[in-house]
Amino acid sequence: MKTETRREQFQPPSALGNILRKLHIDIPLFLTLVLASMVSFVVLYSAGSQDTGILIRQAARIGLAFTLMTVLAHINPYQFKRYSALLFGLGIMLLIAVLIMGQIGKGAQRWLDLGFFRFQPSEMIKITTPMMIAWYLAEHSLPPKWKQLSIAGVLIIIPTLLIAKQPDLGTSLLVASSGAGVLFFAGLSWRFILAIIASLAALTPVVWHLMHDYQRGRVLTFLNPEADPMGRGYHIIQSKIAIGSGGIYGKGWLGSTQSELDFLPESSTDFIFAVFAEEFGLFGCLGLLILYLLIIGRCLYIASQAQDTYSRLLAGSLAFTFFVYVFVNIGMVIGILPVVGVPLPLISYGGTSIVTLLAGFGILMSIHTHRKLLPN
Amino acid sequence: MIFMMSCMAILVGRAVDLQVLNKQFLKDQGDMRQVDDVSVSAYRGMIKDRNGEPLAISTPVQSIWVNPRELKSAPKDRVRQMEKLLGLSDGKITGLLKEDSNRQFAYIARRVNPGYADQVKELKLPGVFFEREFKRFYPTGGVSAHLVGFTNVDDIGQEGLEAGYEKVLKGIPGSKRVIRDGRRRIIDDIESIKEPVSGKNLDLSIDQRIQYLAYRELQLAVEKHKAKSGTLVVLDAKNGEVLAAVSQPSFNPNTRKNLKESLYRNRAMMDVFEPGSTVKPFVVAAALDGGYVHPGEVFETNGMLRVGRRLVRDVHNYGTMTLTEVLKKSSNVAVSQMALKMPPKYFWGLYDKLGFGKVTGAGFPGEVSGSLLDYDKWHVFEQATLSFGYGLNVTALQLARAYTALADDGILHSVSLLKRDEDEDMRRVFSTKTARRVRMMMESVIMKDGTAYEARVDGYRVAGKTGTAKKAGPGGYLDKTYQAVFAGMAPASDPRLVIVVMIDEPSAGQYYGGVVSAPVFSKVMAGALRVLGVAPDKEDTMPILLTQKPS
Repeated sequence: MKTETRREQFQPPSALGNILRKLHIDIPLFLTLVLASMVSFVVLYSAGSQDTGILIRQAARIGLAFTLMTVLAHINPYQFKRYSALLFGLGIMLLIAVLIMGQIGKGAQRWLDLGFFRFQPSEMIKITTPMMIAWYLAEHSLPPKWKQLSIAGVLIIIPTLLIAKQPDLGTSLLVASSGAGVLFFAGLSWRFILAIIASLAALTPVVWHLMHDYQRGRVLTFLNPEADPMGRGYHIIQSKIAIGSGGIYGKGWLGSTQSELDFLPESSTDFIFAVFAEEFGLFGCLGLLILYLLIIGRCLYIASQAQDTYSRLLAGSLAFTFFVYVFVNIGMVIGILPVVGVPLPLISYGGTSIVTLLAGFGILMSIHTHRKLLPN
Repeated sequence: MIFMMSCMAILVGRAVDLQVLNKQFLKDQGDMRQVDDVSVSAYRGMIKDRNGEPLAISTPVQSIWVNPRELKSAPKDRVRQMEKLLGLSDGKITGLLKEDSNRQFAYIARRVNPGYADQVKELKLPGVFFEREFKRFYPTGGVSAHLVGFTNVDDIGQEGLEAGYEKVLKGIPGSKRVIRDGRRRIIDDIESIKEPVSGKNLDLSIDQRIQYLAYRELQLAVEKHKAKSGTLVVLDAKNGEVLAAVSQPSFNPNTRKNLKESLYRNRAMMDVFEPGSTVKPFVVAAALDGGYVHPGEVFETNGMLRVGRRLVRDVHNYGTMTLTEVLKKSSNVAVSQMALKMPPKYFWGLYDKLGFGKVTGAGFPGEVSGSLLDYDKWHVFEQATLSFGYGLNVTALQLARAYTALADDGILHSVSLLKRDEDEDMRRVFSTKTARRVRMMMESVIMKDGTAYEARVDGYRVAGKTGTAKKAGPGGYLDKTYQAVFAGMAPASDPRLVIVVMIDEPSAGQYYGGVVSAPVFSKVMAGALRVLGVAPDKEDTMPILLTQKPS
């Protein structure tokens, strides 16, 4: 502790910094997250047709998310590790409960109605899955053996399938990648990764057979959006038009005609990147990507500084999941990936996803701020 | 890390691809979706009477169409509310959605009152669109329906003058460039590409006040005499303008639905009848002008005349008659004697000059010409019957027009349904002297002992002639089916108006032109003269109030 106090004296004194440090907040991560939230407000105001109601609701959600993040940052990572299995088991049970008696909404069973609020177990499982895998692998020596890998694989596949069954392809993809992230950081050999990719490719026809009609449609649409320009291909064509017409410098804030005139569907939620790209152009897109890279970089740095295996694996996985979020959403909006319902992290309106995301960052901060500092 | 960076590089590469390389193409595509040219309907010209009273006007209305694909997501109760507002049966729209779910355009209501359309707009249903159109409204309803006609749902004239003057009335639709939103709604106008050109107004010669009077009196008479149909024409004797032309039965052009086509017939110009005795004054005038009879001549008759192997009969044996008495008593025998004195070509020339057998050129679509047989095909008996109005077919308008020759001192006028200053196509048919002389003889018809005392008008001298023709059917003339005609003019000293009344198949007992049609003539003539402010020429029968000079 002494060393840290001494170090502080070399920095310019900052009251806010002190408070944040006491709150176990990681300043670089915190600042980039705040910046991202500001961007969210700016774009939402335009994408939501200047409706301040949307902003207020988003602000409430972000406020809740930051509070949860602060609370989680306070908890010692040891506690996370201790309850990993329990939380994971609880999450799986809730997922099964959703399937059995979950309320039907939008043709998909995703919510549990708890009376006073509706809860999505799949959001919770996004965090508890990497916790579980990290806990399990940390108990054994690294790199993992075949036995541990297979058990970890099963542990990933169970929630993934349960969520895919709801059906919620986007979330199940994120859950799978969060688990895969842990395996990746546990030091999987490249041979093994290639083997997985190959077996997934072999499984494609089976997966195709198991998919819902609308999911198959999305894949077909991805392959050729112009086949049904007014139907299934509409989203992606309009989105490409919006991004393209932004050009290098963009049309300026509030200048996006494609979303303003309702040509672009889901412009506040999954397709908000198209609005951003139309208004702020190529430079804006690069800026946003840099902001995301800063966040991801900080997360990876936190992972690298983690002091035990569990923390390192969990931190790495959360960073990886965040990256998958960004890549899948932007990839979908600019038409290089099929349309799956994944929001643009920190920017898109609504969803409980922002709460889950910041909860993840809270865990990362907890990992970083609860380090036992070694004397120099 | 390398993996993540390369993924990010892919994203950046794609962004450059879209935003730099494909920018123009995608921008154009965007504009294509937003910017659209739509047609702007032109205002159809008004039809007005001679005093500027509107007979047909276009009012802006809304037409409502739906995109079934989008409407599917609408709340059912609000769709039902829309059905109720538009007067559609329950489930009609839902049925439309089921029918063809890929359809993207269907009218659900055309020409809706803007008030109702606003209420539908309030429902804020997705996939419901509005289009401004014009609806034709006919303020005078059935009164001028046959003349004015009507347009169809696409604002194109179907009957009457609406059809006849389609090219004049219809404008040229314009177009404008608009911005549409993603639901194809028009958000904003950018520019007008071509202004719509409004159609031209049509100023009719009709005087709505007289038209209404004629309509009312004819309707009453047709009802009273349980007649099949009827028609009445009022002409300005000085220039041939049609001041009124009405038909019975009529229809309301504003709310026509499931109506029989026959109701649309403008009987003044499309129905023909045998004019009967109403042509006798022409025969007398022609005989006088040609020198075949002289004004003081007397005619010996005994009730019948053998022509070839057939007989021409009078109703009674009138014995010896003067020329005036021939018209007053309407003697078939005497006019046959006159007609037979004239060479067929001369006699045919009379009817031909009067315009029988040819369309009048008034410009009414579907006007018929009637029929007049050529003189070289006449037998002697036909020459006789033609003199009392059998063997030829005329329309009421043709007959009225022919009467202008007697009314305007021998000048036959062309007729016009459009307002005009003067008649540029008039010609002399009789000498002034003869026309005046025959007119004076025709005044005797309206005397107490004439055939049409009922046609008299207080304060005015009236000249006219009745006609009661048996209707021809398959296999000869039918018993007890008549057409009661009266044709006349007033004031007889210098006629201003010619009126022809024809009532078809009166079946309430009376059928004589002098009893069925003459009273209609009298009422319409009295009213029309008052409306036009024509000076009386017969003060002894004027109502006391009118003769008193203000002190």
